[in-house]
Amino acid sequence: MDIGQVFTLTITQAFGVTALIYLFAAIGLNVQFGYTGLLNFGQVAFVAAGAYAVGVIVLTFDLSLWLSIIVALITSTLLALLLGIPTLRLRADYLAIVTIAASELLRLLVRSIAFKDVFGGAQGLNGKLGQEFHDLNPLPTDFTLPLLSWSRQDLWVVIVGWSLALLFTLFVWGLVRSPWGRVVKGIREDEDAVVSLGKNVFVYKLQALIIGGGIAAFGGILWAVAKQSVQPDTFQPDFTFFVFTILLLGGAARVFGPIVGTVIFWFLLAGFGEVLSSLINNGYIAFLTPTDVGSIRFMLMGLGLMLLMIFRPQGIFGDRRELALDAR
Amino acid sequence: MPANTENTAKMTPGRAAAVEALRDVARVPGSPKPDPILVADQVSRQFGGLKAVDVTHVEIQRGAITALIGPNGAGKTTLFNLLTGFDNPDSGEWTFNKTPVAGKAPYRLARMGMVRTFQLTKALSRMTVMDNMLLGASGQSGERVFKALLPFTWKAQERANTDRAMELLGRFNLDAKIGDFAGSLSGGQRKLLEMARALMVGPEIVMLDEPMAGVNPALTQSLLGHIKNIREEGTTVLFVEHDMDMVHDISDWVIVMAQGQIIAEGPPDAVMKDPQVIEAYLGSRHGSALTADGASLTDDSQGGTT
Repeated sequence: MDIGQVFTLTITQAFGVTALIYLFAAIGLNVQFGYTGLLNFGQVAFVAAGAYAVGVIVLTFDLSLWLSIIVALITSTLLALLLGIPTLRLRADYLAIVTIAASELLRLLVRSIAFKDVFGGAQGLNGKLGQEFHDLNPLPTDFTLPLLSWSRQDLWVVIVGWSLALLFTLFVWGLVRSPWGRVVKGIREDEDAVVSLGKNVFVYKLQALIIGGGIAAFGGILWAVAKQSVQPDTFQPDFTFFVFTILLLGGAARVFGPIVGTVIFWFLLAGFGEVLSSLINNGYIAFLTPTDVGSIRFMLMGLGLMLLMIFRPQGIFGDRRELALDAR
Repeated sequence: MPANTENTAKMTPGRAAAVEALRDVARVPGSPKPDPILVADQVSRQFGGLKAVDVTHVEIQRGAITALIGPNGAGKTTLFNLLTGFDNPDSGEWTFNKTPVAGKAPYRLARMGMVRTFQLTKALSRMTVMDNMLLGASGQSGERVFKALLPFTWKAQERANTDRAMELLGRFNLDAKIGDFAGSLSGGQRKLLEMARALMVGPEIVMLDEPMAGVNPALTQSLLGHIKNIREEGTTVLFVEHDMDMVHDISDWVIVMAQGQIIAEGPPDAVMKDPQVIEAYLGSRHGSALTADGASLTDDSQGGTT
């Protein structure tokens, strides 16, 4: 077993493109769920909105990628309004039900035959989606990394992606330490109390949903640009649950929670996978085949999460003192 | 000694003014007050077959402490919820400072100066005591999402609010706790925090829903003192309570509810001797044990609560 290679592959995934997509969704969810307490179980819908905005604008309408970014933000805002306006006046669980249903509806809509001309049906939209972005790649054409196995193209995505992720983290930090952040945290704790102090809670919840959705849409944009393909069935509800896992892992309502959570989640997931594969390939585990690895790594991940919830329920960054107050 | 014959010279200015203003008000349900801050008409709310609130007319005097009392299930909290916009009535109109406010969103009413607290204290547990207080301040420009990212637009206001919060917390003996999570406070301290937070809004009327519930007797006295201070500063207080003894000491005027309706009004001493009120609390056919209870109640009111 080549430990060096296993480690390299694991690191590549922990900081890689897929991890970044989840990271954007998690930063957004942190605003919605972590700080404002909105149970948004349809975060994947905002990612899909971002990805499909790029796909439709660039491929279907043959327009600029930069325009598609604006369209992605408009789409995610409209989605937030559509989900939020009818449900945010109701109890928290209604938003959860509606968002999970809406995310599935959106997926079934874009993969439907009726809109095949626009959204590409079950095959999705595949082509040179991120060409304009990759044309800006300043890295030399014969560039290779000494250790990590990113291609020149992926490295460019990773550099821009992480810069944006840090920028959004800074943005969230600025928001939550302001009086605005105080109001949304108050809403998370007790909506009625905040209403009784003269705050229009509905507007704040809508703002949080829009901001979180907009950040998640960047995950979708990144997806379309990096993978040059947008496929409906990648936007399944389990995406949202992995994002929740990441957020709880890092610690909800912590500015760096999503970053820590994402890296650890993908490090462990990829690590389990790589270690298992190489053990199986080298004949150490005879009763398993390499095809089992995909599901076993999620089982191990689940086990890891259970242990985390038992021994460190507040997440890596969370404050146990704070969590204990919740039990009252 | 009935309140209206007491020597007003011995009273605090706020108390004296309230007693003076209410001296000639008729002791009947729905009686008009000289300077009402809140006037409600025909407010009703039905829960299934139960008419929880059915108030024909009620006026709340400005600058006074008015107690809304009644046995459990009388509809006091429901009336509170209706008046503050937290629940929608089946019918009814009411005005706050002569402005019709029926159907207004609760946050709008709070901004207009009608701030309430809750029966089950709503301290924002995972926020510090100071953050709880600062949340109460109105008109904060930093609460706008676009200005939130520009601290220089709200820092000065934040400092002013922090000073005001410190001053209020000092009054409520919570100034040592500013950095603690509100969830780590005792039940009584949470009541104090909720009251101080309500005052941060700068209300004209504070509506306290059972401020003394679940608070130990030692703290009850200090809570009563705080409520009196609120009146002394010119803020109207309306509070819900079901313990008559508690009400006697601090209220200038008492409104009694039973089965959704207002059955009596008047200064505390007069109301507590009202046979209708005793009946509402003890039932119409009270035996010897209950009469003894009723007697001790009147004894208390004559001796005065200390």
